[in-house]
Parts: sequence; C-alpha cells; structure tokens
Amino acid sequence: MDALIIETVIKAIVVLAVISALAGFGTYLERKVLAFMQRRLGPMHVGPYGLLQILADGIKLFTKEDIVPQHANRFIFMIAPAITAATAFIALAAVPLFPEFTIFGYTIRPIIADLNVGILFILGAMASGLYGPLLAGMAQANKWGLIGSARTAILFLSYEVVTGLSILAPIMLVGSLSLIDFNNAQMGGVGEWLVWQQPVAFVLFLIAGFAETNRTPFDLLEHEAEVISGYATEYSGMRWGMFFIGEYANMITIAFIASLVFFGGFNPLGVLPGFLAIILKVSFFFFLMLWVRASWPHVRPDQLMWLCWKVLMPIAIINILVTGVVVMI
Amino acid sequence: MSLEKFKDRNVGVQNYTLIEHEPFPQSGGEKFARVMKRMLKGELFVGLWVTIRTMGKTLFGDDLHTVKYPLEKLPISPRYRAIHDMLRLLESGHYRCIGCGLCEKICISDCIKMDTRYDENQRKEVSEYTINFGRCIFCGYCAEVCPELAIVHGPRYETSSEQRASFSLFEDMLTPIDAIKQQKEYPGFGAVSPNADENIKKTPLAY
Repeated sequence: MDALIIETVIKAIVVLAVISALAGFGTYLERKVLAFMQRRLGPMHVGPYGLLQILADGIKLFTKEDIVPQHANRFIFMIAPAITAATAFIALAAVPLFPEFTIFGYTIRPIIADLNVGILFILGAMASGLYGPLLAGMAQANKWGLIGSARTAILFLSYEVVTGLSILAPIMLVGSLSLIDFNNAQMGGVGEWLVWQQPVAFVLFLIAGFAETNRTPFDLLEHEAEVISGYATEYSGMRWGMFFIGEYANMITIAFIASLVFFGGFNPLGVLPGFLAIILKVSFFFFLMLWVRASWPHVRPDQLMWLCWKVLMPIAIINILVTGVVVMI
Repeated sequence: MSLEKFKDRNVGVQNYTLIEHEPFPQSGGEKFARVMKRMLKGELFVGLWVTIRTMGKTLFGDDLHTVKYPLEKLPISPRYRAIHDMLRLLESGHYRCIGCGLCEKICISDCIKMDTRYDENQRKEVSEYTINFGRCIFCGYCAEVCPELAIVHGPRYETSSEQRASFSLFEDMLTPIDAIKQQKEYPGFGAVSPNADENIKKTPLAY
C-alpha cells in the first residue's frame, strides 16, 4: 500500500514536471512552426536556435508584478488560473502515457490512476476546466474579460456535447471506458485502428478538440481585435502563465486521447517500439494544431454555434445510431 | 477625369462595375447545397498544403524573408543620402576638397562650418571642417554643389553614436589613406550620371 502511494506520488510529480516543461517547450515549437510557415525564423537569439527563449520567458513571467485590478473580486481572481492549470493536469491523471516498462526490476505502468471510467473522467475534468476562464472573466471587473468568459462558456458547453457524442461510438465498439482497453482493442496493427471503423467520429472529435483547447479555427475567446485577450485581459505574470500552461497541457491531453482512441495508442508500430509510436502520434497531432493555426482563418461566434448545433451534433447522433445498428447486427 | 465628374456624388449615374458573385441561396435547400459544396470542395486542405509547402521552402529551399539585421544588411540605393564621405584623389592621395566653401554657403540648415588657410606651397588647405549632424537634414545640396565631387553622401545610415562629434570631423569622414584602393568613384547623389553625355542639350542661345 505504501509502495503504491509512493509510486503514485512520484508518477504525479514526474507527469506534472514533464508536462509543464513540455507546455513551455510547446510555446517555443509553436513560435518556430508558425515562423517557418510565414517565411520567418522565429526566436533565434537566446541560446542555440533560440532554445533558451523558454527560459527567458519563464524568468519574465515569474518576475513580473502580480497585479489585481481595483474592483476585482480578489480571491476568485487569484484562484481562477489555478483551476485551469489544475484541471488540465488532473485530466492527464487517467491517460496511459506509455506502455509498461521495467526499471530496476520494478514494473511501472505509466498511468497515474487506471480508472475503469478513464475517458469519462478525462472529459469531465477537462469540462470542469471551464470554471477557470469563466470565474476569471467574471471576477476581473473588465468588460472584455466578461465577454471573453461568456464566449468561453458557450464554446465549452456546446462542444462538450460534440466531444461526448463523437467519442460514444468508439466506446460502443470497444465496450469499455478505460483508455487501456481502447489501446488493447487496437493491438493488431494499423489495420485495427479505430479510425478506419469510425472516421466520422474521429473528424468530429478532432474538431471538438480544437474547440476545447481554444485552437485557431475556434479561438474566439482571445481574439485580440475583438476582446483584447478575452478572460486573460487583466492577468499578468505567472497567473497569465498558468492559463497558458493549462491550455498547452489540454492540447497534449487531446493529442493523447486522439492517438489512444483512434490511432492505435502505444502499441508497437512495425519496428517502432510502443513509446516511440505514441510520441510520434502525439507530436503529429500537436503539430497539426500549429499547422491549422498557420493556415486557416477563425470563425465568427454565430458560425461556431451554427457549426456545433446544426452540423456536428446531428452528424454525431447519426453516427451513433449507425454504429449502434451495426453493432446490434 | 475632370473635377466635375469626380465631384459627382449621384450614385448610379457613374460607370460603376459590379462585382460578380454567385447568386445568394434563397431556400433552405439551396443553402444546404451550398454548405455541402463548400464542405466537400477541399479548400481547407489547399490552405494546409500552402502553409506546409512554405515551411518546406523556408527550411530546405532557402526561401527566407528574415534579414538578421546587425549581421546582414539589405543593399541600399546608391542615391541614398546618409552620413557624408570625403573622398581623396586617387593619384596623389590628397583630399579632393579645394576649400572653395560652396557647401558651407549652400547649406540650408547652416550645419557645415569650414576654415581654410594657405599652406607652405601657397595651396589652399582645409584647416577645419565640421558638419553638425544635429542640424543636418541630409538634403544633399552640399554634394550637388561640390565642383570636385569631394563631399558625397555615403551609405552609413547607422547614425547612432555616443557623441554627436563622432561623425562630424573632417578626418572621420575622409577616406582613410590606407583604404584609398577601396574608394569607389561615387555613383550616387550629386555625382554625374553614367549617361550624362547623352543628356547634354544645347541651350536655346546656341541655336
């Protein structure tokens, strides 16, 4: 029992450290990829190829003055970024990151909590991340923040529906909510990936995932031209940085779920060992988010709602119906 | 276009060109058809292809638009008018300035100060020559009026300095004597253009 507690604590600390470091590195990658797609170089001066830019940004964020606006609700204002960051990392707790491996004769399963309702837990934790932007926007006594948080609320609430419905069809096929079962269901190689059976669900999940992580086609919470920075308008320093880390951790989570549910997870891929296979898949989805940001314009709020309720949700329900009929037969 | 026509604000009378576009969908069915058409057209993937192609070109094809400024510089026009250069005679290495004082006279912002005296060979030499770059407006009159092509505008546009005097003394602007081989006959502002002979016309009095 003690061993389990110690193991879990160590795993949690490692995941927290690595994923927040990766979130920082993600900002560097995003700036680089966007720069290359716009014929620029991106950060180049701090360290070799600008690699230490993350460190410089970190120093800047940590040493910036932490300003709380005059009429803001002080407590809620200060606690809101922690909600975003915390829920993003809590969601990662039920994600099996890598295949099992043995170190010093001790088998480690790189999942913090192997829940039997893993995917439900992840979606729930990510959905409760809504409270971060919502409370932040309502507490900061700033109309841009308020508009931004209202937009966040409609966006998250709408697209939660699509995420849940789109992932329901694979759940019906696999018959389990645990992501490890999803992974084991696709053991037979590329041919057994669920994306071949559920292409529609995959596309829907990807669109909804972009919306839930505020990525570009749906990044209307932070349109600079319309609402300054949305719910993050009044935040400075590390509190703003926590929103950022939460957003990037969510991107990594969505990339992990997409790889685990639809693309075979951490099963060995040909000659590639499992951990390398999932790193490649997650990197591809992360890159896809940056790629899309460089390529596509964003949509208006009304188009967003139109897309969610009139297009994606009916398609998701039809997909579930068809899957159900096929499963019954 | 005459002024009267330009002032005519009666919309519809002038020759407006209407932009051609597809007819807007009227019924629900037409709207649905438009949605399906746009969805299946694959335009979004064209966008993705454009950016990934640009990324490939940037990384592997040397198609980069960034100029790393302090390390790289863009070529500037030969007619660019930056900090002045004082040129030397290529044969003797002596400076070209003959101390005529025309540049001092023509300077509209009154920033050139010069003093001359006779040297031991009874030749005029420049004893003092300063340009106050706090006042200079880089109009180029001095370079244009100089009969010997001695003062020209050089390409040194990075004019930040700890002291204003850093650029303004005659010796600072003069071509260093060991760099006289690199001194180019100045093609820029105030210089005679390469096709000057063709441009010469007879004055009306010569006819």
